[in-house]
Amino acid sequence: MINKTVKNAQEAVADIPSNCMLMMGGFGLSGIPENCIKALLEKEISGLTIVSNNAGVDDFGIGLLLKKRMVKKMISSYVGENAEFERQLLNGELEVDLIPQGTLAERVRAGGAGIPAFFTPAGVGTEVAEGKEVREFDGKLYLMERWLRADFSIVKAWKGDTAGNLIFKGTARNFNPIMAAAGKICIAEVEELVPAGELDPNQVHTPGIYVQRIFQGVDYEKRIEHRTISK
Amino acid sequence: MLTKEQIAQRIAKEVKNGQYINLGIGIPTLVANYIPKHLDVVLQSENGLLGIGPFPTEDQVDPDLINAGKQTITMVPGSAIFNSAESFAMIRGGHVHLTILGAMEVSENGDIANWKIPGKMVKGMGGAMDLVASAKNIIVAMQHCSKDGQSKLLPECSLPITGIKCVKKIVSDLAVLEIAPEGGFILKERAPGVSVEEIKSKTAGKLIIYGEIPEMTFD
Repeated sequence: MINKTVKNAQEAVADIPSNCMLMMGGFGLSGIPENCIKALLEKEISGLTIVSNNAGVDDFGIGLLLKKRMVKKMISSYVGENAEFERQLLNGELEVDLIPQGTLAERVRAGGAGIPAFFTPAGVGTEVAEGKEVREFDGKLYLMERWLRADFSIVKAWKGDTAGNLIFKGTARNFNPIMAAAGKICIAEVEELVPAGELDPNQVHTPGIYVQRIFQGVDYEKRIEHRTISK
Repeated sequence: MLTKEQIAQRIAKEVKNGQYINLGIGIPTLVANYIPKHLDVVLQSENGLLGIGPFPTEDQVDPDLINAGKQTITMVPGSAIFNSAESFAMIRGGHVHLTILGAMEVSENGDIANWKIPGKMVKGMGGAMDLVASAKNIIVAMQHCSKDGQSKLLPECSLPITGIKCVKKIVSDLAVLEIAPEGGFILKERAPGVSVEEIKSKTAGKLIIYGEIPEMTFD
């Protein structure tokens, strides 16, 4: 088996340059690549375009990259949890593309699957449709949307093996598997890294073919955004 | 006038056995508390789960298990987890039977606006545009009027819209209304103590009234 292992997050992100396009898995703060975000913070790069469903919170996740002014543009579906984001956006320091969540997911999936464009009903008749081809199929209107691909995709999984096969846990899966396939180079950080052969192939969510680098992360905080308890 | 809980309670009466349902954030989330126990339904969370259970106890909390509102949740037996593309594939593919969501405005032809207020910070549409473009049945939970008394049931939406001609039914704090196929709000039920006249005066769009309008009942 091809061995995809790198030592740690620093090594995994070492060649990520300024002004490139990154995808980052996660929904809210669940399933985000905490180790790689920390390692990126140590680098002197800027001008990043980040595709991620959300933009973290002020002091965690992508919010940390925003605070250090490393991000030029966010491509997201919902960014409402971050005051620094709002400040930069209103001051014109940050660009944002807001995309319906299902369209965002399908654009990423299409990118990884080699489908350059597709038609979706989401956004027909709204400002999302501005400048896009609208076509009727079987009596209903659809918008043409393009694929999304990135220079690097950074994902977080529960378990992985040295061949890059990944297994996710709970709703921390979210955008991670589709982003793995849509990056020219996919970096996977996992809570537990095992030798190839130890994961049951029947249980693998993301086949190792999509993953170029893998390492076992450390010190996962897994911060909870809204801790809601049954009364 | 209905409280938020009563709006949720009234909407829960629309739920049918065997349905897969997506509940939006806010009042729609409360609907789960009122779905009759004898119905077998499955709640979908667009971040990738079929089978949302109750909120966890302290020792059940799992940061890897949240709903689309980023709240901690549990799973019911028989749940399934999937990625975001698959989640919206089942939504756009028409496999989710019922979508319940909030709205800032609804027009008499069923357009909905619920994602953006010009001049205010825009947070994004999340999954709302995909949901309203695809669901077979969309029920909206909303306040009938804004805080300064302006009707939110309009001839046309004034805010940027989320989807066109998609809303089927509205449960507001004043009434239950259906969107007529040819346009207009058909008044079906009044909130307890609310008169038809009051609903008329607070509905800016075309209101259609057939015969006597019953008062809502709560079990």
